[in-house]
Amino acid sequence: MGILEVQNVNKRFGGLQALDDVNLNVEEGTVHAIIGPNGAGKSTLLNCFVGRLTPDTGTVMFNGQSLIGRKPHEINQMGVSRVFQTPEIFSDLTILENVMIPSFAKRDGAFKLSPFAAVKAESAIRDHAEEMLGQVGMLEKRNMIASAMSRGDKRRLEMAMCLAQDPKLLLLDEPTAGMARADTNATIDLLKQIADTRPITFVVIEHDMHVVFSLADRISVLAQGHVIVEDDPQNIKGNPKVREAYLGDAHDD
Amino acid sequence: MFGSKISDSMLMILFVIVVALVPLLAAPFGAGYPALMQFFAIFGIFAIGFNILFGLTGYLSFGHAAFLGVGSYSAVWMFKLLSMNVLPALFLSVIIAGLFALVIGFVSLRRSGIYFSILTLAFAQMSYKLAYSVLTPITNGETGLQLALDDPRILDGERVAGQLPSPTFFGLDMNATTDVAVLGMDVQLNVGYFFSAAFLVLAFWIAMRIFRSPFGLMLKAVKTNQNRLNYTGVNTRPYTLAAFVISGMYAGLAGGLLACMDPLAGAERMVWTASGEVVLMTILGGAGTLLGPIIGASVIKFAEAKLSKFNENVVEAWFSFLPEGLGDSIAFVVAKFVGDGWHLTLGLVFMLVVTFLPGGLVEGARRIGGYLGRRGHKGDLDKLGSNVQGGKSTTAE
Amino acid sequence: MGDIVLQILNGLDKGSAYALIALGLTLIFGTLGVVNFAHGALFMLGAFCTVTFNKLISFQRVTLSETETTAWGSPLEIREPVMEAWFGDFGLWLIDYSVLASIVVAIPVMFIIGVVMERGLIKHFYSRPHAEQILVTFGLAIVLQEVIRTFFGANPIPQPAPDALRGMMDFGTLLGFEPGRVPYPTWRFVYFFFAAAIIGGVFAFLQFTTFGMVVRAGMADRETVGLLGIDIDKRFTFMFGLAATVAGLAGVMYTPILSPDYHLGMDFLVLSFIVVVVGGMGSLPGAVAAGFLLGILQSFASMNEVKALLPGIDQIIIYLVAVIILLTRPRGLLGRAGVMED
Repeated sequence: MGILEVQNVNKRFGGLQALDDVNLNVEEGTVHAIIGPNGAGKSTLLNCFVGRLTPDTGTVMFNGQSLIGRKPHEINQMGVSRVFQTPEIFSDLTILENVMIPSFAKRDGAFKLSPFAAVKAESAIRDHAEEMLGQVGMLEKRNMIASAMSRGDKRRLEMAMCLAQDPKLLLLDEPTAGMARADTNATIDLLKQIADTRPITFVVIEHDMHVVFSLADRISVLAQGHVIVEDDPQNIKGNPKVREAYLGDAHDD
Repeated sequence: MFGSKISDSMLMILFVIVVALVPLLAAPFGAGYPALMQFFAIFGIFAIGFNILFGLTGYLSFGHAAFLGVGSYSAVWMFKLLSMNVLPALFLSVIIAGLFALVIGFVSLRRSGIYFSILTLAFAQMSYKLAYSVLTPITNGETGLQLALDDPRILDGERVAGQLPSPTFFGLDMNATTDVAVLGMDVQLNVGYFFSAAFLVLAFWIAMRIFRSPFGLMLKAVKTNQNRLNYTGVNTRPYTLAAFVISGMYAGLAGGLLACMDPLAGAERMVWTASGEVVLMTILGGAGTLLGPIIGASVIKFAEAKLSKFNENVVEAWFSFLPEGLGDSIAFVVAKFVGDGWHLTLGLVFMLVVTFLPGGLVEGARRIGGYLGRRGHKGDLDKLGSNVQGGKSTTAE
Repeated sequence: MGDIVLQILNGLDKGSAYALIALGLTLIFGTLGVVNFAHGALFMLGAFCTVTFNKLISFQRVTLSETETTAWGSPLEIREPVMEAWFGDFGLWLIDYSVLASIVVAIPVMFIIGVVMERGLIKHFYSRPHAEQILVTFGLAIVLQEVIRTFFGANPIPQPAPDALRGMMDFGTLLGFEPGRVPYPTWRFVYFFFAAAIIGGVFAFLQFTTFGMVVRAGMADRETVGLLGIDIDKRFTFMFGLAATVAGLAGVMYTPILSPDYHLGMDFLVLSFIVVVVGGMGSLPGAVAAGFLLGILQSFASMNEVKALLPGIDQIIIYLVAVIILLTRPRGLLGRAGVMED
């Protein structure tokens, strides 16, 4: 039984079949990569996991519970966090506050009316947030306003925000898109370290094969909305179907 | 005063002192008369409340005057039916305005951005139009709701025949004023002002707690990235609704206090330009800051009281020292900006503030302070970023 | 039946004004992405173009009569419009038709006002949040209306329609009703046809000229048009001028229906915004359709039968419709999905 089970998911946008009978089984504690050429439906699939899109048919089960029809915040409260392709952070707030917010959400639930509590007095939350910032190497910047950071730092911040919630499942949408090689390698190291030390399951959408093969335990290849192969990394490399899917779309990187 | 060094309790103490000294401080500027000082306090409350919604969550309501109006009507009804004591009146004002805000907020908050603004505007305009027409039995239409000699007032005992009572706080008449001479100035100590000021202090204290609370942090997060907040497991709707209702209750309190100072209520308090006024106050002072809205409200009310009183003759007297032709022409131009034309000044100042100083007067003061501070001792700037402890604004884009 | 026709007619003139203002608002919003709270003020400025024009051409020359005297023995003052003295009957005709004639003046004046507004202020707000755009244009609206009040005072200034177009026409007889059943003021007809012509003109301009094509493309997808290397800025400035002119002309022609005063703009602004939202932010046909629809709905809601059934409905119908539309169909009647949803 996988932690995330996707069965027969279909999604249509007008005349476009974005997801065509997708099946996916993510084992707990693994890093599962979803690769495929541009427009293969990777982001659409991810959006079906987090409540942004509802599949037309099919089921998405997380830990034995259906995710269909749930709102994003409900899904997050179940233990699913998401890192976006372009970092989504609270850019007007400080870095420390950015990480404290998810911790509050984890502790207090989707809504808590606490107008007379003081953020200052929440030392447990702050310590936890600082620890997370330490993990991504941003502790010394904690009082900076988030908008002033570099793009790479914003990504690391978003990672820390997700980690602060101690999620069961972490969804990463192209975590190294647009990064220089050195930053990409640093991100790989960071993700590896997290995967090794914490019981988090990862689903990674990625373009960069270097990243995929460095991280993934299992790979699903998506082409034209359909999963054409799901296998271990070493078997994916030589698979003719995969080559065809990518070569058919030669200008893809 | 605007640095982040100062602690909250210190700020609170300073605030109380300044508020208590307003009758003395305002006297040299000719602003120390009860009606104007009451406005400082009451519109300060209104703007603080508006700022809890707009300053923290970024939701721009163009219909907040409706809650002010509802508060006034509730208070006057309480005066008519129950008692001239202000406490039950204010209690009802806050509760009714809160309920009203709950309903309007519940519906309006289904949309964001300009759609939210238009929805609140539409609701407020509906309230205003209905108050003038169908709801006349409750609002007394164009005349406005006022006290009458034959009102029941079931809790109040015998009264002076043929004379309308005035609102009291356990016997203290809101209109009572004691004149004291300080340094040759006539300082007017007015019960109504101090009563309103007490509520201003309370309102400020609550706002400060909200700003510093996890709840307030969530509201700021709504403003900067609602999408991220949803994916962080937070249901933003109840947060924004809570902020909306709280700010509606503030407006109700302000409306109730207006009725306590002068027991009548009219629909014109709810018209959309009145909603626009509180927007102006908040932006002028500094949206998202603690002190900004109060400063904005006071500046606007002071300017309204002062500028609107000047006429051409007064202005001509100012410039009489200049050569005749020059003085007259300057006076002619300046006169356009005072008296009836003071709205022109207001509009211009407002445009300048939005264009060049989106953080309002408080931001301006901070910039000046920052400039002076940088010349004094360097290396203090990154400290300004801290938001967890200081009362920093988050408006700067 | 006659009543229904009458109500539809009654709704047309208001609807025409809403449609014209909303058209300009939508043009500005669609092309520049700016929410312009000063658009009502442009309507008001147009109306005051007419007032000014009328004042100027009605300027009277006072001469003392050489022959006649007053009862007190002083020479009789003869007041005569300068225009009459200069141009004779044509002068008088011009005064009579001052509302229509002022269009000639209003077009360049309003266009220039629009261009100056865009270059001087709006331009700096393209990339700033919508809330700030609303606020600064709200401030501008206050300034404009106060300037007008400074010069023209607070009272409404009546502008008579030309003599020939002043009375009522018996519209019902055209449709086979008995005479006197459906009377309708002639000028409102003029207004409706004028509005229809302007709307048709703007649509034709956008549809059939290259300029218009680029603008429409820009409304659909600004970034792409920017990438094509087309200097969209100049066109947008022109569009702002055009929108200002349309609003101004709407104001010019409205003066005989409603005597203009300085807060005329604010009154119309709120309603026009609601029209835009109901029609669908960024949709030109939506703005026009919603303008007429709301105008006519409002006129139906003012019928005594309806008021008896739903007291006060005439006061709130427009707002009520806006609330319902926004909640059930946030994109408006004809708008695209997702415009300004965030």
